[in-house]
Amino acid sequence: MQIIKTDVAIIGAGGSGLRAAIEIAENYPQLNVALISKVYPMRSHTVAAEGGAAGVVQDSDSLDQHFDDTVSGGDWLCEQDVVQYFVENAAKQLTQLEHWGCPWSRKADGNINVRAFGGMKKERTWFAADKSGFHILHTLFQTSLKHPKITRFDEHFCLDLVVEDNKIQGVVILDIAEGEAKLIQAKSVIMATGGAGRVYTYNTNGGIVTGDGMSLAYRHGVALRDMEFIQYHPTGLPGSGILMTEGCRGEGGVLINKNGYRYLQDYGLGPETPLGQPKNKHMELGPRDKISQCFWQEQQKGNVITGDRGDVVYLDLRHLGKAKINERLPFIRELAKAYVGVDPVHEPIPVRPTVHYTMGGIATDAKTATSLTGLYAIGECASVGLHGANRLGSNSLSELAVFGQLAGQQAAEYAQQTEHQATQPLQEKAQKIIARTEALLNSNGSEKMADIRQEMGDCMEEGVGIYRIQASMQKTIDTLAELKVRYQHIKINDKSSVFNTEFLYAIELGYLLDTAEAIAHSAIARQESRGSHQRIDEFNTRNDVHFLKHSLAYYQADKAPIIKYSDVTITRSQPAERVYGAASETKEK
Amino acid sequence: MSTQATHAQQAVVDKVIEIEILRYRPEQDEKPFPQGFEIPYHPDMSILEALQYIKDHLDSSVSFRWSCRMAICGSCGLMVNNIPKLGCKAFLRDYYPQKVTLEALANFPIERDLVVVMDDFIKKLEEIKPYIIPERDEKCLSEGTYQQTPEQMEKYAKFSMCINCGLCYSACPQYGLDKSFTGPAALALLARYNRDSRDAGSAERMKIVNQEQGVWSCTFVGYCSVVCPKGVDPAAAIQLLKVESSKDYLIGMFKPD
Repeated sequence: MQIIKTDVAIIGAGGSGLRAAIEIAENYPQLNVALISKVYPMRSHTVAAEGGAAGVVQDSDSLDQHFDDTVSGGDWLCEQDVVQYFVENAAKQLTQLEHWGCPWSRKADGNINVRAFGGMKKERTWFAADKSGFHILHTLFQTSLKHPKITRFDEHFCLDLVVEDNKIQGVVILDIAEGEAKLIQAKSVIMATGGAGRVYTYNTNGGIVTGDGMSLAYRHGVALRDMEFIQYHPTGLPGSGILMTEGCRGEGGVLINKNGYRYLQDYGLGPETPLGQPKNKHMELGPRDKISQCFWQEQQKGNVITGDRGDVVYLDLRHLGKAKINERLPFIRELAKAYVGVDPVHEPIPVRPTVHYTMGGIATDAKTATSLTGLYAIGECASVGLHGANRLGSNSLSELAVFGQLAGQQAAEYAQQTEHQATQPLQEKAQKIIARTEALLNSNGSEKMADIRQEMGDCMEEGVGIYRIQASMQKTIDTLAELKVRYQHIKINDKSSVFNTEFLYAIELGYLLDTAEAIAHSAIARQESRGSHQRIDEFNTRNDVHFLKHSLAYYQADKAPIIKYSDVTITRSQPAERVYGAASETKEK
Repeated sequence: MSTQATHAQQAVVDKVIEIEILRYRPEQDEKPFPQGFEIPYHPDMSILEALQYIKDHLDSSVSFRWSCRMAICGSCGLMVNNIPKLGCKAFLRDYYPQKVTLEALANFPIERDLVVVMDDFIKKLEEIKPYIIPERDEKCLSEGTYQQTPEQMEKYAKFSMCINCGLCYSACPQYGLDKSFTGPAALALLARYNRDSRDAGSAERMKIVNQEQGVWSCTFVGYCSVVCPKGVDPAAAIQLLKVESSKDYLIGMFKPD
C-alpha cells in the first residue's frame, strides 16, 4: 500500500474543493494539498449549474435585503450568523472569480450584469449566460494549475476516512485505473463531495452525485443535519430530469398549464404580472419549493398536460424572442432541442419538478468545522446552515466560493498547528478498510444492484417527495430497511481491478442507501410543514414551538438512525409568515 | 408540439437495435474484440442510455465514463460508427435500423472498454498556462471587478466553451501521427486566455505556440471543429494563433532578443 503524507486532503474537486485548494496554495505556501476526486475535476457536478451566483452589487440593493430573502426563503431555519457572513462575502468572492478569469456576463459599459432570480427581492444574480457553473468550475480548475503545491489525485475514489485518537488523520483512496489503494495521511481533511440527488429516480443531477461524503462522515458519527429538506426544482425536462434554469424565468419566461393559464396566481404568488415584465418575488419569481408545490396542486386538479414522458406544464419563453434567448439562454435552447425536440424560440418547453438539491448535509459550525476534529465540510455535502428549509436559487454557487475560501483557511490553520501522528496505526486501519472493500468486491449474492437502485429511487419519490404523509413516509422507511438487507446480498460479476465501474457503483449504492435513510427518518420525525418539507396529513402547518430546530441524524449500524434536534441561531430576523406576491408588498408597508 | 413529442417518445417495444461494443479488459483480453448486444429500441434513447441499459441488464462488466448526461461535463466521448461523439448527445433514432458500433475514442490508448487514458490530454491542458497572468499592478479585490465590454468578451467567448471531452484530439490526424502536437483543445484554451483583455501572459504562451509542436504542426484539416459538440471551433483558434505566431517571427527578425 502506497502511503502519501500531505498536510490537507480535500475530497472532491468541484467548485468548493477547488476553491479551498487554491486558498491554501495561495496563502499557506508551505503546506501540501492533496486534491482527490473520483472524476477529473472539470466533470464535477458544479459544471451543470446554469443560472448564476448571488452577490449584492446594485446601489438599490443591500446586504440586509439579501439576508432577509435568504432567511425567509429558508423558512427561518437558517443559521442567521452564517447568512450574515455569507451575504457580506458573496460579492467579494465572486469578484475573486472574476479576477481569475470567470467570464461573467457584462453590461454594455463593461460592468458585471445581474439577473433576477426566484425569491430574491432585487436583481443580484451574477451569471455567465446559462453556463455559470461550467465557467466557475473551469476557471477554478484552470487557476488551480498555477499551484504546484496542489497534488491532484484524479479518478481516485474515496473508500473511507481514517480516524484515530478521535481525530481524522487521513483517507484511503482507490486509484480507479490501477485498482490500487493508497493511504493519504493528512493533518486535516475537507469534505467537498457534493450532494445526494441520485437517491431519487428523477433528478437534475449527474450520475456521480451519490452522497459519498455525507455517508462517510455520517458513518463516523458526524451528524447529518436537516436532511429532510430536499429541493425539487420546478423546471426539469420530463423523462431525463435535465435542468431548465430558473434564469429562464428570471429573464421573463412564464409557466402555463394545459389551458394556457398562468396558474401560479392561484397559489399566493399573484397577481399575474404582464408578459415580459417579471416582477421580483412574484409569480414565476417565487421560490422553488412553492412553485414545485403548485405543480402538484395543478396535477391534482387535472390541469397538467399528460404526455408520454409523464405529466408536464409548459415553460414558455417564446415572447423573449430569438435574440434574447440566444444571448442569455443558449444552453437551454440547445438542451431543449436535443432532449425533448423542442425549440423554445418557437414552442413552449414541457417541464416538471425534479429533485435538484440537498439543503441539508454534514453538520458544521459557522466556520465549516465538523464535530470530528480535523474534518471540515463545504458545498452541497455540508450543512453550514445557510439554506434552512429551502435554498434560494443562485445562493449555492456563491456558497462554494465563500465557504470554499473559509474552509481552506480553517483547515490550513489547523494543519499548521498539528503534527503528523505515527503512521503505523493508520496503516493498520487502512488495511482493515481495504480488506472490507475486497470482501465487497467478492460479493456473490443473488441481488441485482440495478433493481435495488431503482426501487430506492422510486420509494424516495413516493414517500419523501414534494408532499408527504405519515403512512407513505413509513412505507419508504420500511422499503429502505429491506433494501439495505438486500444490499448485503448483491452480486458483483466483475472482479477485475482496472476501471471496474460495477464495483464503484456498488460502493456508491451503499452511500446512497445510508443517505436515503437519513433523509426519510429526518422527514418522518419532523411533525410540521416548513419550506420544502410539506406534509398533507395532520402536520400541515409550521410549528415554531416544537420545530424551529435543526434535525440531526446519527448513524446506527444496522439500525434506524437516531434523530435529535438543535437550536437555530437567530440574530435579527424573528420567524414570521413567509409571503410572496401581493402579500409580500402588503407586509412591507 | 404534442404530436411531435408523442412521436418522438413512442416506445417501439417490439423493435430492437443492435449495438456492438469494442471490449478490452487488460487483465484478461489479449486484444480488443467486438461484442454484440440487442436492446429495445426507443427513438429518444441516447447512446449513453443504451450503454446504461446494457450495463444494468445485459453485461455489468462493460465500462464507460459518464456523469451529467446533458453534454456539459465532457465525460462520455466515444466513437460512434467511427465518428467521435458525446454518448449523451447522440441518439439511437439517427442510426436505427442499422447496427451501431461503439469504440473508445480514437488516438487515445484504451484503458479498458470505452474508457481511454486521458493523461496526455490533461497534461497538454496543464502546460499551456490556462489562467489569467495579470499585469504587474494587479487589481485588489476591494477595487472591484475588471471592466470588460461585451465586445471584449466576444473575442474569447467561443474558445472558453471547451468541455475538455477530447473529441477533437480523436478527430485530429496530426495528433494521431504525432502525440507531441499540443493539439486543438489546448491551443483553443491558450487562445482563450491570450485574447482575454484581463490577461498579460501572451508573450509567455506564444513560446508554446511558436514551437514546432505548437500551431505549426496543424495542417488545417479542420475536422476538430466539425466534431466539437460545443461549437468551440479550435481550428479557427489555431489559425488566429498562426497569424500571431507569424507576427512574432517577423518582429523577431527585425528585433532580435
